Amino acid sequence: MVENRPFAQFMAYLTLVIGVLVVAFPVYLAIMASTFDAATIINGNMPLVPGDQAGVNYPRALFYGGVHAREPVGGMMLNSMIMAMGIAIGKILISILSAYAVVYFKFPFRKTAFWIIFITLMLPVEVRIYPTYKIVADLGLLDTYTGLIMPLIASATGTLLFRQFFMTIPDELLEASKIDGAGAFRFFKDTLLPLSITTIAALFVIQFIYGWNQYLWPLLITTKSSMQTIVIGIKKMITTTDALTEWQIAMTTAVLAMVPPVLVVIFMQRLFVKGLVETEK
Amino acid sequence: MEKRAHFSGWTLPLLLILPQMAITVIFFYWPASQAIWQSFLREDAFGLSSEFVGFENYLALFEQPEYYRAMVTTIIFSTLVAFFSLSVALLLATQADKNIRGGHAFKTLLIWPYAVAPAIAGVLWIFMFHPTLGTLARPIRAAGIDWNPMLNGNHAMILLVLSATWKHISYNFLFFLAGLQAIPKSVIEAGAIDGAGPMRRFWTIVFPLLSPTTFFLLVVTVVYVFFETFGIIDAVTGGGPAGQTTTLVYKVYADGRLGGDLGGSAAQSVILMVIVIALTAIQFRYVERKVQY
Repeated sequence: MVENRPFAQFMAYLTLVIGVLVVAFPVYLAIMASTFDAATIINGNMPLVPGDQAGVNYPRALFYGGVHAREPVGGMMLNSMIMAMGIAIGKILISILSAYAVVYFKFPFRKTAFWIIFITLMLPVEVRIYPTYKIVADLGLLDTYTGLIMPLIASATGTLLFRQFFMTIPDELLEASKIDGAGAFRFFKDTLLPLSITTIAALFVIQFIYGWNQYLWPLLITTKSSMQTIVIGIKKMITTTDALTEWQIAMTTAVLAMVPPVLVVIFMQRLFVKGLVETEK
Repeated sequence: MEKRAHFSGWTLPLLLILPQMAITVIFFYWPASQAIWQSFLREDAFGLSSEFVGFENYLALFEQPEYYRAMVTTIIFSTLVAFFSLSVALLLATQADKNIRGGHAFKTLLIWPYAVAPAIAGVLWIFMFHPTLGTLARPIRAAGIDWNPMLNGNHAMILLVLSATWKHISYNFLFFLAGLQAIPKSVIEAGAIDGAGPMRRFWTIVFPLLSPTTFFLLVVTVVYVFFETFGIIDAVTGGGPAGQTTTLVYKVYADGRLGGDLGGSAAQSVILMVIVIALTAIQFRYVERKVQY
C-alpha cells in the first residue's frame, strides 16, 4: 500500500471476512445437515449448530447408501477415484510423450501432428456428446472404466503445457547429453523427467479435480449403478419424488464428494495455482 | 520457436506421438465428424434408415421458438454470471492485494470452491433455497415472497446464477490477484505523488492495466457458463420449470436423449462448436495483442 490508512485496512479485512463467510456458508450448511436425522431437516428448522447423527449418517451413506438408490457411497467414491486417477495419469503419460516428440525430434508432418492435437483444445466433450457415446458403445466400452476415462483424455491441454515447458529448457542441456553419449531414452529419463516433476505434479492436481468432478459423460455411459461415480450418485438421491428425498444422506454424500478435491486444493495449493495459471483451465 | 538441437530418426517420434494421436482420432475427430455428418441426415422414427436432407435440420432448428428461448436463456445466464463473478472476484482480489496480515490465509479460504463439482455446487444451493426446508428460503417466504424455484422460472434462474457464480469466483479471484500483483508498485506510487486518491488510482491506473486479465477471464467465464454449468442446471432445475432454464448445451442433451432427434441434436452440436471456436479464436487474438493503454 502506498499510504497508511487504518480505515482502508479495516474495510479490506471486513470485505474479505464477509467474502470468506459467504463462500463457506453453503458448505457449512451441508456439513450441519449431515449431522441431523431426516425429520429435523424436513421440518424446515434445522439448527445451525451440529447435531448428534453424524455417527449414523456417515457409516450409512458409505456402506449402505440411500433407501431408494441403494448403492453404497464408498463404492461410488472408489469409481470416482479410479476415473480421476485414470484421467490424470493417462493425460500426463500420453501428453509428455507427444510433447517430447514434437519438441525434440524432427520428423515429417511434425507441424501437422501438432496442429491436429492443438485443435482439440477448443472443443469440450459436451459438444460432441452423442457421437462419442455411440462410438464408445460400438467399441463395447459402456459401463467400463476405459469408457469413462479414454474420451476425456483426448485433449491438448497437457501437450501444450509440456511443450511450453520444454521450450524453456536450454538447448545446451541436450547438446551436453549428446556429447556424453546419451540417446533419446537416456536424455528423457535422466534429464527431462527430473526437470519436469513440478509441471507433472501441477498438471496432476488440475486433472485430478477435473476428472473427479466430471458429470455429463459418466451420466451418459454408466447404466449399472455399481459403475456410478459419486457426483452422479448424489444427483440420483435428490431427484426421487421430493417428499422421499433423504436429505441427511444426500448432504452427507455431498460432503464426502467434496472432501478429496478440496483437500487436494488446500494441501497442494502452490501446485494447484501453478497448474491453473499455466493450463489456463 | 524451434529447438537448435534435435534427435534424428523417424520411428521413435512417431511411436511417441502415436498414443495421443490414436486417442484424439478415435474419441475426438471421429465423433466430431460424425456430428457434422449427422447434422445433415434425418433418421426415421425407428433409427433404421436415414436420408440426406442438407441443411433441413438447421432450418428446422431456427424455426423452433424453443431454440431461440434457449439462446436467450444462455445469453442472460452468461451475462449475469460473468458480471457477478468478475466484479465480486475483482473486489475481493483488490482487498487481498493490500498489504494486510493473513493475506495468504484469505487466499486459501477463497479458492477452494474451484474444487467443488458443479453438480455438487447445485445440490448445496438447492438445499439452502429449497422452498420448504431451505434455511435461507424461510426468511424469504416469511417476507411475503412466494419463493419457489421449482415452479417459478425467474426464481430458478436466480438460483442457477447464484450457484454458478459461487463456484466461479475462486477462479476469477486467483487470476485477478495474479494480475494485480504483476502491476509495478512504482506506477501506483507515481499516481499517489501526483495526488490521486485510492479510487482514482484504481480506475485510471489499475483497472486499465488489468484489462488483458479481465478480457481473458470474461471469455473463460462465458465458456464456463456455456459448458461446465451443465451439472448445476441438471442438479438444480433439470432445465425447468417448463424449459425456462434450458441453455443451448442442456438442449443438446435433452433433445438427443429424451426426444431422440439425433439430426437436430447434431445440428445444435455443430452450432455450439462454431461458437466455441469463435470464442477461442477471439481469446487467442487478444491475449497475443495484450489489450493495454
